[in-house]
Amino acid sequence: MSLPRSAPRPATGPSGTSAQGTGTPGERAPGAPGEGPFGLRRGRTGRTGTTGAVSHLHRQGRAAHIFLIPWQLGLVLITSVPLLASLYLAFTDYDILASPHFTGLENFRRMAHDAQFWASVRVTLVYVVVSVPLQLAFALFLALVLDRGLRALSFYRSVFYLPSLLGASVAVAILWRQIFGDTGLVNRALALVHIHGHSWLQDPSTALATLIVLHVWAFGSPMVIFLAGLRQIPDDLYEASRVDGAGRFRQFRSITIPLLTPIIFFNLILQTIGAFQSFTQADIVSKGTGGPSNSTLFYTLYLYKQGFVNFDMGYASALAWVLMVVIAVITAVHFLLSKYWVFYGDE
Amino acid sequence: MTTGSATEAIQTPATAKSPQTHHGRVPTSSRMRSAFTHAALIVFVLLMLYPLLWMLVSAFKPGHLVLTEPGLIPKQFTFRNFVEGWNILNQPFSIFFINSLIVSVGAIVGNLFSCSLTAYALARMEFRMRKVYLAITLGAVMLPIHALIIPQYIVFSKLHLVNTYVPLLLPKFLGTDAFFVFLMVQFIRTVPRDLDRAAWIDGAGPFRTFWSVILPLMRPALVTTTIFTFIWTWNDFFVPLIYLTRTGAFTVPVALNSMVSAENQSGIGMLFAMSLISLLPILVFFALAQRHLVRGIATTGLK
Repeated sequence: MSLPRSAPRPATGPSGTSAQGTGTPGERAPGAPGEGPFGLRRGRTGRTGTTGAVSHLHRQGRAAHIFLIPWQLGLVLITSVPLLASLYLAFTDYDILASPHFTGLENFRRMAHDAQFWASVRVTLVYVVVSVPLQLAFALFLALVLDRGLRALSFYRSVFYLPSLLGASVAVAILWRQIFGDTGLVNRALALVHIHGHSWLQDPSTALATLIVLHVWAFGSPMVIFLAGLRQIPDDLYEASRVDGAGRFRQFRSITIPLLTPIIFFNLILQTIGAFQSFTQADIVSKGTGGPSNSTLFYTLYLYKQGFVNFDMGYASALAWVLMVVIAVITAVHFLLSKYWVFYGDE
Repeated sequence: MTTGSATEAIQTPATAKSPQTHHGRVPTSSRMRSAFTHAALIVFVLLMLYPLLWMLVSAFKPGHLVLTEPGLIPKQFTFRNFVEGWNILNQPFSIFFINSLIVSVGAIVGNLFSCSLTAYALARMEFRMRKVYLAITLGAVMLPIHALIIPQYIVFSKLHLVNTYVPLLLPKFLGTDAFFVFLMVQFIRTVPRDLDRAAWIDGAGPFRTFWSVILPLMRPALVTTTIFTFIWTWNDFFVPLIYLTRTGAFTVPVALNSMVSAENQSGIGMLFAMSLISLLPILVFFALAQRHLVRGIATTGLK
């Protein structure tokens, strides 16, 4: 899962270092106390007559570029150039052996008529649209339950969190394939209550559902974020509303949910971006086929097959760019829509 | 915090005054309700963990019993799955473990090095492109690896670096895990600027300030980065699957995938045994760093 995310705030650890005020990044050293020593050390104040603070900034500027050397190299070599290269390749036919052959919009035209492409789009959209809200609903529900001042909170929190650490692993995908297999746990459990088993993974109408269950099972990470968010809601709001005679449901609707919308929004963005990029589960559960009948052919699995099994690198690049644009557009739409439902306390 | 639920009706002064502690005196009806909640939660915990426990137990069952016996108490106990699974890919499984360890530790070193340098510059230093760079970092958090991997693969394969760990580790040393850069920037912003200034006054240059003042104070952010880098790298499947094609170079997830393809020979018992082993480092990390982990994920979620 990896993935993902918006403005983190550091933990207020036992070290207590984070407790203090936040210096805004634009803020600079206020002249007086700093100047003398900086100037002296720089040994340049005499020449230019600039204040120490200014030469301090010069020096910082130079140092900053040294600090940023690895990142800038990465930005160019690992990110920007490959990004542009894959844009170029998206308009070519390239099998890695011969040099790329420019074909214009051919790859995109091919997508339009590619049944597997559309299958993967459909599978991925269903997966995202079903599993993300389900997972978040689960996460929110359990966060609310755990936030009621239970004992052993940290125990439950850890146990529920564990699957989100393991959920993306090959090992758990292997386990899942077994659980929903013909003689797997689910069918065994059903047999106990005399329900005849079902070929969950062989039936195209249920194969994707098993992967959705896996995604929901790993609800721990958004749950922990929800819990932290619930902790931030000031208690006096609840007390005031209680005085005004608000019941529990009313409090939930009028206080908890509105004040939690930034966290809901954050989790939604994060999980959506992550779900679009899911790969491991589908690859392992279907043994790399995306079957049965393409029912678990996640978009990234199709991309992988085109690029690294068929070595159809031009087409795979086009697929990659479509994915990136879709994620960017969906994220942008989320941000635009957030104006209408996300409530920030300072507004 | 009491969200006005379990203790709503009573609100003794104790709970009202110390909302974080949850230790208010609670009347019987509320205690009943709490007992019910605990019971429900325990059932849910068992349901959630059952698959994992089942895998644990099945790894020690003789192969033919794994599929026929869904219970958690094995009638026969054996290490055969481990012994036979260990060499199923014609290499001792320990090789994949060592490979994974090299990649994970390398990734941790790379991320700690590059992300902390970058974050310090972005959070604290003045230069013209600072805001632009920050925006790029944010955008990079959302960038899917799929849009980069094909050209990267082409270049690395032309440089004959496929089946080495350079393609997996170089990006980490070049600060491309934007999420961690961002995490650290946010953290450094909470460290008081007076500390930097004091260091300057004492004659420390930028590197000295970074190394002796900021870095030690960043420990919680560095710990979070270490833990998550380890777990995500250990679990990572997509990128190693692309770059590692020689069995001897496989990391653990790629090796497991290879066992899945050869399942008819390996059998589910061996697959479970090796899967279990593959999860051990994560479980150990989880046990050791559980508090940091939860705090890490919780704090990354707050604005």
